[in-house]
Amino acid sequence: MLDFPPWKVWTIALVSLLGVLFAVPNFFSEDAVKSWPTSLPHSKLALGLDLRGGSHLMLEAATDEVRKTKLEALEDSVRGELRDANGGSVPFADLSTNGGQLSVTITDPTALDRGVEALRKLSQPLGGLTGQRDFEVSVVDGNRIVITESDAGVAKAVNDAMAQAVEVIRKRIDELGTREPTIVRQGDNRIVVQVPGLQDPSKLKALIGKTAKLEFKLVDTAADPAQAAQGHAPPGSQVLGFADQPGVIVVKRRALITGDQLTDAHLSNDQNGRPATSFAFDSEGSRKFAKATQANVGKPFAIILDNKVISAPNINEPILGGSGIISGSFTTESANNLAILLRSGKLPVELKVIEERTVGPDLGADSIRAGTLAGIVAVVAVSLLMIVTYGRFGVYAVMALILNVFMILGVMSVGGFTLTLPGIAGLVLTIGAAVDANVLINERIREEQRKGRGVIQSVEVGYRDATRTIWDANSLNIIVAIIMFFFGSGPIKGFAVVLSIGIATSVFTAVTVTRLMVATWLRSRRPSVLAI
Amino acid sequence: MNLKLVPDNTNIGFVRMRYLAFGLTLLLTIGSIALLATRGLNLGVDFRGGLTMETQFASPPPLDRLRIEVDSLGVGQAALQEFGNARTILIRLPLPDGDQAAVQRVVAKVQADLKGKYPGVGFRRTESVSGKVSDELIQKGALAVLLSMAAVALFTWFRFEWYFGVSTVVALVHDVIVTMGFFALTQLEFDLNVVAAVLTIIGYSLNDKVVIDDRIRENLRKYRSMDIGHIIDLSVNETLPRTVMTSLAMIVALTAMLLLGPNVIFGFTAAMLLGIVVGTYSSIFVSSSLLISLGVKSRAAPAETRGGAERVVRAK
Repeated sequence: MLDFPPWKVWTIALVSLLGVLFAVPNFFSEDAVKSWPTSLPHSKLALGLDLRGGSHLMLEAATDEVRKTKLEALEDSVRGELRDANGGSVPFADLSTNGGQLSVTITDPTALDRGVEALRKLSQPLGGLTGQRDFEVSVVDGNRIVITESDAGVAKAVNDAMAQAVEVIRKRIDELGTREPTIVRQGDNRIVVQVPGLQDPSKLKALIGKTAKLEFKLVDTAADPAQAAQGHAPPGSQVLGFADQPGVIVVKRRALITGDQLTDAHLSNDQNGRPATSFAFDSEGSRKFAKATQANVGKPFAIILDNKVISAPNINEPILGGSGIISGSFTTESANNLAILLRSGKLPVELKVIEERTVGPDLGADSIRAGTLAGIVAVVAVSLLMIVTYGRFGVYAVMALILNVFMILGVMSVGGFTLTLPGIAGLVLTIGAAVDANVLINERIREEQRKGRGVIQSVEVGYRDATRTIWDANSLNIIVAIIMFFFGSGPIKGFAVVLSIGIATSVFTAVTVTRLMVATWLRSRRPSVLAI
Repeated sequence: MNLKLVPDNTNIGFVRMRYLAFGLTLLLTIGSIALLATRGLNLGVDFRGGLTMETQFASPPPLDRLRIEVDSLGVGQAALQEFGNARTILIRLPLPDGDQAAVQRVVAKVQADLKGKYPGVGFRRTESVSGKVSDELIQKGALAVLLSMAAVALFTWFRFEWYFGVSTVVALVHDVIVTMGFFALTQLEFDLNVVAAVLTIIGYSLNDKVVIDDRIRENLRKYRSMDIGHIIDLSVNETLPRTVMTSLAMIVALTAMLLLGPNVIFGFTAAMLLGIVVGTYSSIFVSSSLLISLGVKSRAAPAETRGGAERVVRAK
């Protein structure tokens, strides 16, 4: 029991040292930490919004909207596919969307099969082993084709829309230049946005609700490059910079098409199998785009996001179907990035704010000051109580206690956990658990002494018997903490995180570390009486 | 010499007092339920949805006038509450119809009005939660509490014996009800933080009960011919120094938090402080004594027992 082989001593020392080392950056300023060698830990404890002030928003997507938009976009595609079907146009009537179904009547019975074949091309496989597709095509009443969305298809559409919405929001918040915004999906259809330091949530909401301006404009090839470099453009044109490269380009002022007519953009391949970005417009956009491209084959056009040119491809041929491909010297990544940029013009789904919290900076500062003060007073008071009660063993307990606080800070800093107010309360509670562990051990040692056992034996039995109880009690608390983490929300989660970490470190410090200290003392001094 | 809060060889007859304790427990529980039914909890914005603004005034404002002033803005009926001190007032308003822009308008309206009438007023915190979210939070909170209880019962059952599980859960339910009763009595705001506190109380109280249960189990093995009442008394007395010391340490730490800590966690800390007292009481007087009522017997006649080293007690 009191035997500590060297490897054990070293492990305990190393774990403790690491814990303290990871906690150290928290006691220095941001600049000081930056100047440290890279081999030292740099991460600081992240403070929750309740501690440092800022805005928190929970947004909920109108998922019904996604289904509706998807069907509406499908209507346009159906029209196009039937017109361009293999073996000539398929005559149709009564194209309509109703109750999550799209139906179209084929007026020429002999063309029905060709119609079905053409529309089947529209449905996309969802991947996976079941071979499910995003919608089903069936024929009813002999001449009507009905397209029904599958649940899996809708789920995928919602999922895509949410992932895209997160990207759009992230891009927009980055414009604020705020440090460390958090944008995470929660559940199926929610997004939580947290921006530390931001006091005015109306600004944040305006930003999220805003639509980035995406435009397609013709490049003015007649303009003089030297003049353009000076910032001068011919009448009816303007000089614009690129988003990701130096140089300028002159474009016509009038936009061919605006971004709200773009319905989709995604990574695809050109006819040679190289990465490319494909895009699609709604019916009005398709018409305008067809007209513009027919008139300007061979000329370049510019894709402009918020007055920055993101790409300027050539028009190789008239684009009539409303969807086209931008190809060029793309890598898979750059083609995908362009697709994301194109999509980021517009939130794919309407988002409603359902929860909003703002904490002023003075309240945050007050809270952390009050919390720190309370924490220090609590630790000092408990330390005094322990030392007065258990003497030397109390001192060991207090040292372990302080090590425990450091280790919790260290684990939280390096693990990227956020400390919130309930977290501070959780910290105090784990200090309680650590104190309890030492109280249990020390009271056991007292008992054994009263029974007349010798010094070494009292300590041994005391630690052994108390450890079992400590394990029982702490395993239970870990279970409760885990349940709190998975089923609780917000503050309860923050509390549970600190509690879980704290239980682990408090058992280590209160049992293992104090035992090492006690054993070292017993071996070097060989006391004949224990003052406990 | 070192401090001893509980003298050596203390021997208090806890088991003898159990009917008194059961009476008191019953009274506390029924009283709390009655309070919960009549006064109800002062649910925070987390749980009932709505809009809360924490405002700080240069000097304590006249609450009645302030209420009339806010009401006259046509933003719904305001509920005002001092928060920590007389200068800090919590203004609660119903969530306006319409979207979040409507919330923003209400906030802006109240802020502009108060800034005009009370120079130096500061707005420290604004929270708005929709009814949908608050319903979910209630469900989640309740689920977390129920699941914790179930996990506790299962753990104690597997680790000890079923009657330890029953007595522990009964005592825990008592702790939770009395804590909620306290909130109904004081009308302190009951928010998500307080739910975290209730869960903490469960954790702490559990700790206490496991320590005593552990000792009872140990003594049942050690003193096979001792009467169960004596074993419980012995175990509770033996662990009493630890119980008192730990509770005292927790009370000291929590009192520091209550007096010096931020207002935001006042309710949280108050709940925990009360929970420690109630939990300690129920560990000493309720859960262990309940074991007798559940029919636990010591292993007076070894011939009666079945095999298996772990099975040192039998239930009837």
